[in-house]
Amino acid sequence: MARVNPEFAGAVKESKAFNASACMNCGVCSAVCHMGIELLPRKLFRYVLLGIEEKVLANVETIYSCLLCKMCEVNCPASVHIAENVRFLRHYINKKVYQL
Amino acid sequence: MPLPTGDTIGILADNLTLRQSVLPIPAKSATRWAAGLELPRGSKTVLYTGLMYQMIPYIAAMNKAQEDIEDSFLVNFIGLGRRINKLINVSSIMARPSKTMQQAYNQILVNIARLLQQAGVQFGYLYEEELYSGALIYDLGMDHVLKEHAQRVYATFKKYGVKKIITVDPHTTNMLRSVYPTLINGYDLTVQSYMEVLVERNIRPRSDLNTAVVMHDSCVYARYENVLNEQRTLLARAGVTVKEPANAGKFTMCCGGPAESLFPKKARDQAQKRVEQIKKVALNAVTMCPICYVNLQKAAGGAVQLEDISSYLVRAYC
Ligand code: SF4
Ligand code: SF4
Repeated sequence: MARVNPEFAGAVKESKAFNASACMNCGVCSAVCHMGIELLPRKLFRYVLLGIEEKVLANVETIYSCLLCKMCEVNCPASVHIAENVRFLRHYINKKVYQL
Repeated sequence: MPLPTGDTIGILADNLTLRQSVLPIPAKSATRWAAGLELPRGSKTVLYTGLMYQMIPYIAAMNKAQEDIEDSFLVNFIGLGRRINKLINVSSIMARPSKTMQQAYNQILVNIARLLQQAGVQFGYLYEEELYSGALIYDLGMDHVLKEHAQRVYATFKKYGVKKIITVDPHTTNMLRSVYPTLINGYDLTVQSYMEVLVERNIRPRSDLNTAVVMHDSCVYARYENVLNEQRTLLARAGVTVKEPANAGKFTMCCGGPAESLFPKKARDQAQKRVEQIKKVALNAVTMCPICYVNLQKAAGGAVQLEDISSYLVRAYC
């Protein structure tokens, strides 16, 4: 049973940078990603929006493997700022997990 | 075992805070390319290298060490490395650049300066006061560290009364043109890549190269900064037929470089995929980013003749 972390959900809501709620879950991003990051934009951002922090933290390697190349972003029909959202998650993990 | 993400980011961020660059390199090495060009120090318009081309030979040496460490027991010592790095510059011990590689990368900067001179642009250089843009720290999400650094970079521009910056690579262009304005109140500098400047100046070729080449666009130029036509215009004018690989222009495939600092093997696999696409079109290609250049070259292992676009341009225009 996944637990929701209200603090995490709050931090995401406060951020102007994180705009994943526009995502229509169409899967184009995953289809075009050359790194084969299937999880990244749509599934992971869903966890983020729901505040399920543990799912996000279980996928740290994926989050840092993204090239920020924006191939997904230029193909996204909902104009989700995927690369910026990934950077937001890195920032959160750097502070919260790595205490950087 | 992969490299420990937190400690690796920590070392890079500490370097930026303590030594003003993710991979500190000696000032002599950073400025050597400009020897003999007699560029004035500072000026309203400056050519800004952001240290990217100069850093690559060091990064290449460093990555060699990292690749050996990745998947070995040594990864366990990176945490310790970070603590030591706060006191002494660990990367300077690990990274011994090759002289030939340094010369090749310095030559690219000389080419770019010569092209700008040929186009009649008056510009200066900040020599050892020029700082790294912080691009990698931004990518890794260390915004709080970057913000402080960006202020230092901006203060240096202000000290010399700089109004316009001419950049030589996509990452520095993106940082100074699109990221810094979000970090610095009242940011008022104009930033253009040297290719944009050359097209704007309507530079004319002196000779026709009469050849063909495959274009590898940088993701950052193509998708972040909309620098897409300039490289094609300059080559076409020089009599070069531009061949496009699968994933061309706005849909260019990333060279894998951005994964290099944390996942060298993933970076190499990605570069390999791109080299395969290029090879299908022709065996000579141009890049316009030092990171693409080094990554693709490494993956190609001599099977594709790669050159920085400036090498072609200098042959035609200077
Ligand atoms: S392409 Fe855009 S809209 Fe479609 S799933 Fe990905 S992020 Fe969502
Ligand atoms: S930015 Fe590039 S690497 Fe990252 S998810 Fe999108 S397509 Fe994949």
